[in-house]
Amino acid sequence: MFAYYLDLAWHSLKRSPILTALMVLAIGLGIGASMTMITVLHVMSDDPLPERSGMLYYPHIDPLPKDYPSQSEWGNAADNMTWPDAMALLHARKAEHQAAMAGGSLLAWPARQGELPFSADGRYTTADFFSMFGVPLERGGAWSSFDDQAKARVVVLSHTLAAKLFDNEEALGRSVRLGDNFYRVIGVSKDWAPQPMFYADPSAKGGFGKIDQFFIPLDTAADLKLDSSNDFTGWKGGGNTGSNVDGEYKDPSTSWLQVWVQLKDAAQVRDYQQFLYNYSAQQHALGRFERSPDLTQLYPMMDWVSHLNLVPGDVKLQSWLALGFLLVCMTNIVALLLAKFLRRSGEVSVRRAMGARRSDIFLQFGIESLLIGSFGGVLGIAIAELGLWSIRQRPDQYAKVAQMNFSMLLLTVLMAIVASALAGLLPAWRASRVAPALQLKTQ
Amino acid sequence: MQLRPILSSLRHHKLTAFLLILQTAFTCAIVINALPMIAYRIERTSTPSGVDEDCLSLAYVSGIQKNVNQQAQHATDLDALRRIPGVESVAVIGSGMPFKGGENSYGICPSASAMQEAMSAQSFDKTDCQHPDVYNGSPGFLQVMGLHLVQGSDFAEGDYSTGDVPTAILTRSLAAKLYPGESALGKTMFQGKTQIRVIGIIDDVLRPMLRDAGQDHLVMLWPQLPDDTGSTYLLRSAPGDRERILNEAKAVLVKINPNRLVPEAYQRTFAAVRHKYFQRDVTMISLLIASGLGLLFVTALGITGLANFWVQQRRRTIGIRRAIGATRGNILRYFQAENFLIVSFGIVLGILLAFALNLTLMNFYELPRLPLYYLPMGAVMLWLLGQLAVLGPALRAAAVPPVVATRSV
Repeated sequence: MFAYYLDLAWHSLKRSPILTALMVLAIGLGIGASMTMITVLHVMSDDPLPERSGMLYYPHIDPLPKDYPSQSEWGNAADNMTWPDAMALLHARKAEHQAAMAGGSLLAWPARQGELPFSADGRYTTADFFSMFGVPLERGGAWSSFDDQAKARVVVLSHTLAAKLFDNEEALGRSVRLGDNFYRVIGVSKDWAPQPMFYADPSAKGGFGKIDQFFIPLDTAADLKLDSSNDFTGWKGGGNTGSNVDGEYKDPSTSWLQVWVQLKDAAQVRDYQQFLYNYSAQQHALGRFERSPDLTQLYPMMDWVSHLNLVPGDVKLQSWLALGFLLVCMTNIVALLLAKFLRRSGEVSVRRAMGARRSDIFLQFGIESLLIGSFGGVLGIAIAELGLWSIRQRPDQYAKVAQMNFSMLLLTVLMAIVASALAGLLPAWRASRVAPALQLKTQ
Repeated sequence: MQLRPILSSLRHHKLTAFLLILQTAFTCAIVINALPMIAYRIERTSTPSGVDEDCLSLAYVSGIQKNVNQQAQHATDLDALRRIPGVESVAVIGSGMPFKGGENSYGICPSASAMQEAMSAQSFDKTDCQHPDVYNGSPGFLQVMGLHLVQGSDFAEGDYSTGDVPTAILTRSLAAKLYPGESALGKTMFQGKTQIRVIGIIDDVLRPMLRDAGQDHLVMLWPQLPDDTGSTYLLRSAPGDRERILNEAKAVLVKINPNRLVPEAYQRTFAAVRHKYFQRDVTMISLLIASGLGLLFVTALGITGLANFWVQQRRRTIGIRRAIGATRGNILRYFQAENFLIVSFGIVLGILLAFALNLTLMNFYELPRLPLYYLPMGAVMLWLLGQLAVLGPALRAAAVPPVVATRSV
């Protein structure tokens, strides 16, 4: 029966090729535009570390003075941590793993003499970073917390940077100049770039398309007073915002660091929340924190990602526009299908008079709508790929990661079929109500 | 034209007519909301900067060694750049420049008492103090940028240094904000522990990043010599020479000191700086226009499709009407009037939807209330579209000969 209806549908579509083309075009345009935007939204708010995101947490404490604005144009200063707070959390060792980190950009000097250096992005962090986030190491290893304390001049390079600096030769154990200092290469990581870069400074806006090329111990960076690309916000003396100056690194009233912890189960999460609360209460009692310890929070990783609000307003607006477009296209198809099906009232009444049930008619026209939807879905994929391609040509950072994966592809076809089934529902129902006798009489 | 027969005939096609009305309404609502967004962004991208945009280019070079005497390097570079044929003037400038993005602002107070107030409140809000951006550079940078002094005088050669500045020049807007109702000239401003005398007022110039309208022009000029490892040279020339001069400037800078980075992306004309700053807005404008046109196109398709269907369905009726005396014009106008009626219903519903949509969007984004003059604009657009879309089918209907009435189907 299904094959027969499919055949009927095919013949019916062939009979009015222009109308069919119009309907396929309308569905394709609507689905294509929507899928382009849904894909962009998806890659911007996707889980960057699916196998670990459930265990990672971002502790949030509020060391700001009472009258300091919590939410300014530049974000919330309490989203980052001060050096003393970060170190207190790290040294308490209440979590499975804990690491503090900050971004930095340094000039990387190729090993070969006479070549000009280039700028590379990297991270200053502490030993647990690698085991907590599961950074895959190709050769060598990470540093230990002993190296952290000793302010060791060591570095882990990304595969790409190591290859660039050492001309594809062995990098392990060699010395590399970054900025004005030399470091010993103790490890080479596979290129590791979770998108969005959830662990970076909130002002990095997800770091789309960026990758950390080197990792240096945070204590070493502080010791050498390396420049950091993080946002430094101080709240003593008018609240100046800017890059770090000498001394601001360890200042108890300047926030700039990110701290992440790994917790293994609900009990540990509860304990850690209690620990954060106690720490805040203690600082409050000491008079360092002015705000209530009730403000402490422990964000699960994906909550933190949504807290960062990485999707720009423009992209949201474009998504609404695309959905509105789909809505109009759908209304359009409903009207066209209705007209098309009702035009065949004669055929329907003959079939009804010959014994077809209403459900048979409904099924017949339903299948015709689905066929249109499938064609529309295929066209929609093509249009969405075109849309994503044009987005990738944009200079915006997020544009670079606008790619469709297999599940999105599947979703596109599914959406087209569901949309056309929905669009066909009303016309097919209306057609199935055509009375058998009446139509025959007027002929 | 009698509307009653049209209405009663539409009553037989309630569902299809309703769908058409709905589609017109959605399109109308979206287009009416998109129009002000397009207008706002076009206005934004054409904001004048206040500098001589057509004559300026920026060359950036970054040092790779510390402990270099930047001032000596600047002097050598400036001297060589000045010799490039076509360069009218050149200066090294600080990080601030219209459309360059970022922020280089300092808190500044019009009087010592306001400074005290801000210090004790630990905040500049709700005081007379302001947070303007600072533009600075080497001697002559005002002339290179093309800023117009309206009062007072330019900096003296001796004012320029790498440290704290003794004097400043304000934009009209900043002067009016700091010293409302009086002349700012000669006044002493307070910035932290230093005191700065206002020696001149210039016409407004934009900040590096657009803010609210009232904040856009809060800029002060400082005679402070840039001293960072990275230096930006601002070159002034005839508009047609800019690309060539940038290329030559790069070669000159590398020749003077090859141990420096001259990144390709940062050798650009002011037009390129402006283009980059507004890239997102331009994308949004083209996207909004494209989707608006797409919507209108799809709606027109729907109208044409349905009208075609109705014409075919009514061939016999049309034939009968023609046979009993209706002219071709009558038939044509019948379909046109029918379309006008449907679209009008759609527009009325669409305007209601447009308000609802606007209210929803206002909750999520900082959008202004929908200006009323966009309503007739959207309405006219859809009426025209409807008439255009129905013209073909209506003409075909008018061409139906009366003889059809006598034939059976």
